[in-house]
Amino acid sequence: MTALTDLTIAEARQGLRGKQFSAREMALAHIGAMEAARPLNAFIAETPERALEMAAASDRRLAKGEALALDGMPLAVKDLFCTEGVATTAGSRILGGFTPPYESTVTARLWQAGAVMLGKTNMDEFAMGSSNITSAYGKVESPWRRPGDNRALVPGGSSGGSAAAVAARAAIAAIGTDTGGSIRQPASFCGIVGLKPTYGRCSRWGIVAFASSLDQAGPMTRSVRDAAIMLQTMAGHDPGDSTSAPLLVPDFEAALTGDIRGLKIGIPREYRVEGMPAEIDALWERGIAWLKAAGAEPVEIGLKLTKYALATYYIIAPAEASSNLARYDGVRFGLRVPGETLDQMYENTRGEGFGAEVRRRILIGTYVLSAGYYDAYYLKAQKVRALIARDFAEAFARCDAILTPTAPSAAFAIGEKMDDPIAMYLNDVFTVPVNLAGLPGISVPAGLSAESLPLGLHVIGRAFDEETMLRVAGVLETAANFTARPQFPLPSREREGPVAKRREGEGARDA
Amino acid sequence: MALDKATVARIATLARIKVSASEQEHLATELSGILTWIEQLDEVDTTGVEPMSSVAAMRLPMREDVVTDGNCRDKILSDAPAPAHGFFTVPKVVE
Repeated sequence: MTALTDLTIAEARQGLRGKQFSAREMALAHIGAMEAARPLNAFIAETPERALEMAAASDRRLAKGEALALDGMPLAVKDLFCTEGVATTAGSRILGGFTPPYESTVTARLWQAGAVMLGKTNMDEFAMGSSNITSAYGKVESPWRRPGDNRALVPGGSSGGSAAAVAARAAIAAIGTDTGGSIRQPASFCGIVGLKPTYGRCSRWGIVAFASSLDQAGPMTRSVRDAAIMLQTMAGHDPGDSTSAPLLVPDFEAALTGDIRGLKIGIPREYRVEGMPAEIDALWERGIAWLKAAGAEPVEIGLKLTKYALATYYIIAPAEASSNLARYDGVRFGLRVPGETLDQMYENTRGEGFGAEVRRRILIGTYVLSAGYYDAYYLKAQKVRALIARDFAEAFARCDAILTPTAPSAAFAIGEKMDDPIAMYLNDVFTVPVNLAGLPGISVPAGLSAESLPLGLHVIGRAFDEETMLRVAGVLETAANFTARPQFPLPSREREGPVAKRREGEGARDA
Repeated sequence: MALDKATVARIATLARIKVSASEQEHLATELSGILTWIEQLDEVDTTGVEPMSSVAAMRLPMREDVVTDGNCRDKILSDAPAPAHGFFTVPKVVE
């Protein structure tokens, strides 16, 4: 039989309800896999004791035939979600010692639906990065390698720990956040599905804020169906987040009909960016052909401000970050580095607590908001943002979904592209416009690069029309039939494997 | 726009982040590079365009002005780096 760690949520749901295995067995198999995946540094904290407690509760419900939507599903949680009683770091030294006395809305919804928490995943500090090298807790390695090349590759970022954990079969699914591509780009790099919902679909309450007008939580899974199942539980109105949309949540799984006949798929010509590798273009063409073969109609659309989206983002996101991160002052929580005066204490704490990329963005954000520069930079960026959103609105008058590549390249090695911040920012060229316009986007693994690394295709939907987006993504997934998997962990573990058994007797190591 | 060391020092003070004098030069170069890059937005004609501060097409919701939380002082202080006598503490600010 398939190893428990290879199952999708949809498969595990059936197996658990059919009593083929228990939630405890699922938890043990994944705790073992999480331990075996430690060389990847995907987790900042492992919570095996909590996982077993939650699995026991799931087993009790399953035994009574009262299974909840996600009963027994072992999930990894990006360390940006506040989890009550479990340290939450945002990948930063400045939150050292912070243990939230409350639970984020999205994680609370998952636990209420029976999901099992395996641990907190590593990430770029404060979700700022595209490679997972800026975490104060060390860089994350992708489980993928180029054949014949043992150099470690980046998992993408900022939700890189979540992506690596799901790709390495150390979690059945994970949650991440996406401010400019932080779910979709690592999903593309790691060969998994990553979904960023419409802004307002999932509550931001209890998520450490980066750029509040752009941040959204979303699922990272090994199938489109699993993304739909996860989103079903994560989504929904929450009075705790004033931008949470007071809308009913549709049945996302039911949207996966496989029928896209007659749908118009927008192909934005501006996404053929200069210097894009030929293999990315070829993958995109294949994606267009697959959708056409399934009965959809590709239509050329114009998103003429695409080339300005990154620059717009790198004003708006740092501006919001500089304001949001003002709360880390050494007074109420986290790190404090003493100083003679109050101002010195602030400066010492923030000087030592923030890493280089976060400091860079706070300084840029402070500058573009400062007197004399506000109009030239921040206000200008907000106007260009309005035009970018208008571009999408006009495009969606002519199409039902948009197809693009997810990222302009496959994963790169740790150490490559590290010297130039702007070169690193280009990773998000296809994903950032979607955040600026507040739209939903999903990355689906669609092929391999010449170096045998995963490449994703990106479907963008209308605001609050994740259903059509998921339907198109499902068709892409079927056509692409992506079966490649990383050579990690080496042998596939059996469900009653020795690792799982050894873990049983061990004490708790909850962080 | 090229930033000089003095401007970097001023922004760092505004942001309350200690930046050593030896780092100012490097940061000035790095931040100038980013600012020059983002200045490409000047090419976009935004005449008459309303700035967009949020994509949420909704008005901020109102609620009754009532107490919904509280009586959890110790819980709140449990994460403070240097709490004392039920308060947060800071270095002396009044002589």
